[in-house]
Amino acid sequence: MALKLIEGLLRAPGGFMTVAGASIIVFFTAVALAAPFIAPYPPDVNPPGVGVLEPPSLKNPFGTNELGYDVFSRVVWGARVVLQVVVLSSIISLLVGVPLGLVSGYYGGPIDRLLSMVMDSLYAFPGIILAIAVASVLGPSVINAAIALMVIYVPTYYRMTRARVLELKSEPFIEALQAMGTPDRLILARHILPNVAPTILVVFGLAGADAILTEAGLSFFGLVTVYPTPDWGLDLYYGKNYLLNGAWWLVFFPGAAILTLALGFALLGEGLSERFKVRGE
Amino acid sequence: MSLLRYVAVRSALIIPTVLVLYTVVFIVMRVLPGDPVRAALGVHYIPPEELEEIRSRLGLDEPLYIQYFEYLAGILRGDLGESLVFEGRSVWSDIIDRFPATLELALAGSLVSIAIGFITGGLAALKGGIVDRLMRVYGIIAYTLFIPWLGLMLQYIFSIRLGLLPSGGRIDPRVGLEEVTGFYLVDSIITGNPHAFVSTLEHLILPSLTLGIVLSGAYTRIVRVHLSEALRSEFSIAYRARGLRESAVFIHALRNSLVPIVTLMGLQFALLLGGAILTETTFSWPGLGSFLVERVMYRDYTAVQGAVVFFAVIVSVVSMVVDVIYAIIDPRIRY
Repeated sequence: MALKLIEGLLRAPGGFMTVAGASIIVFFTAVALAAPFIAPYPPDVNPPGVGVLEPPSLKNPFGTNELGYDVFSRVVWGARVVLQVVVLSSIISLLVGVPLGLVSGYYGGPIDRLLSMVMDSLYAFPGIILAIAVASVLGPSVINAAIALMVIYVPTYYRMTRARVLELKSEPFIEALQAMGTPDRLILARHILPNVAPTILVVFGLAGADAILTEAGLSFFGLVTVYPTPDWGLDLYYGKNYLLNGAWWLVFFPGAAILTLALGFALLGEGLSERFKVRGE
Repeated sequence: MSLLRYVAVRSALIIPTVLVLYTVVFIVMRVLPGDPVRAALGVHYIPPEELEEIRSRLGLDEPLYIQYFEYLAGILRGDLGESLVFEGRSVWSDIIDRFPATLELALAGSLVSIAIGFITGGLAALKGGIVDRLMRVYGIIAYTLFIPWLGLMLQYIFSIRLGLLPSGGRIDPRVGLEEVTGFYLVDSIITGNPHAFVSTLEHLILPSLTLGIVLSGAYTRIVRVHLSEALRSEFSIAYRARGLRESAVFIHALRNSLVPIVTLMGLQFALLLGGAILTETTFSWPGLGSFLVERVMYRDYTAVQGAVVFFAVIVSVVSMVVDVIYAIIDPRIRY
């Protein structure tokens, strides 16, 4: 059953990218959930017999940091923070952005113009700057980081949803439903929303990739967690002080994890956009 | 509509954009719970009278709506208030001191990304097949690179291991550059200081390469799509039928695919500024991005607010300029 599903997905246009992207995301989610079983050491303890700033070896595959913590264990545990922030912010952004986009696009009028102006202004602005400002006021935590990211991605979901609704509105089947006197909320819920869904999936992938990188940026600036919580961006920030000692592994491995997970979301978004012929922004 | 009128209308549209961003930032910075003054001054005890005095000096004791309009009036006068942490420092003059460094980095990074984009996208469109696939993968991966990671890895290889390039900063202070405009490449030419020019260039290579590579993915993609479309289009077939050399056909196809590429340059500007923040922090580049991050660490909220508003104005002005250039290139685009 599952195999058949994957086979079907692979055959569709962009199928390879969709499956590869989804596999990467599933892999990291599994790692995050099973962190206590996968990580050989606790992430914030110097195990007996383990030295500081040790290069990668069989015992410590990603080396150890300046306090003798095992970098591999930190990368495994770090998947939790980034996935929590990104999934939480994606869900909130979707729940806020999509309904606003639906209503705004369908009804039009002055509220639509006002909302569009606000969302377009936020969209045109470099997201990370806004997120830094919001996160700096709220203080470092997973929830606050998710709120900061929401400010960036609500406009993305809103704009893509609204644009799709405007296209659908002029299609004959919607006009026919309106002529038959179908209530607006039924048209929106039963006929427009299902047609908007592929677009939302594509945005989830593409905005998700962007959100991983923005989250990493926020945590690089110490705006998501406080050391010694294992967190890829923050580990990279502390690790850079030891590059001069030649300890490249403190930067390389957390960064490689960020790249791989972001790539997973990007491939999923790209693959789906080919599959559904949705143009990303 | 005449071009002049289009410019006027388009300029007027900057106002709502800046206003929206200013309002959002104001709500975030001033209305959300929390006392910025107390947060900025740290944990130790401060007598209430002293707190009151600081608040009234910065105008933070006024009702919120008065603060809102006073700050807005300040923006129009080029006054972004006073630093919350460094007493008596004007936020505006700090920003103006730092901005040339950011612009120099952004322009260099943008040149690098356009160059890489044309090479990779052009190769993909011309060669097709496996090269095309490889370039497509490059386009996706470049976009998902984390700037500090790429920057630090380049730093590790080229400055720590090979010792070829400096690892951070804007210039070697020993070359004694006299600042005129704040753009070091320009200043070193004006003051006739070749050592400063070389030093600036050396310091610029790694940061602009980092920023350029990350932003090149979008150019790779758009050049690839539009160029291969143009090469397959009827006008290209017609040129070939008339016996034009393939290189000449390529030039014609390239010119026809330029409009979407110019549009992308405008859209990339916001990403460029966002990327500059991470690049500046990675390479200790003394620009506006590292200014913003420094002041976030100090909890200097007035400076953070000023920097964000400044970025908002810059982004809006640039997007207006791009729209106007676009209207000049393609006269069909008017309101």
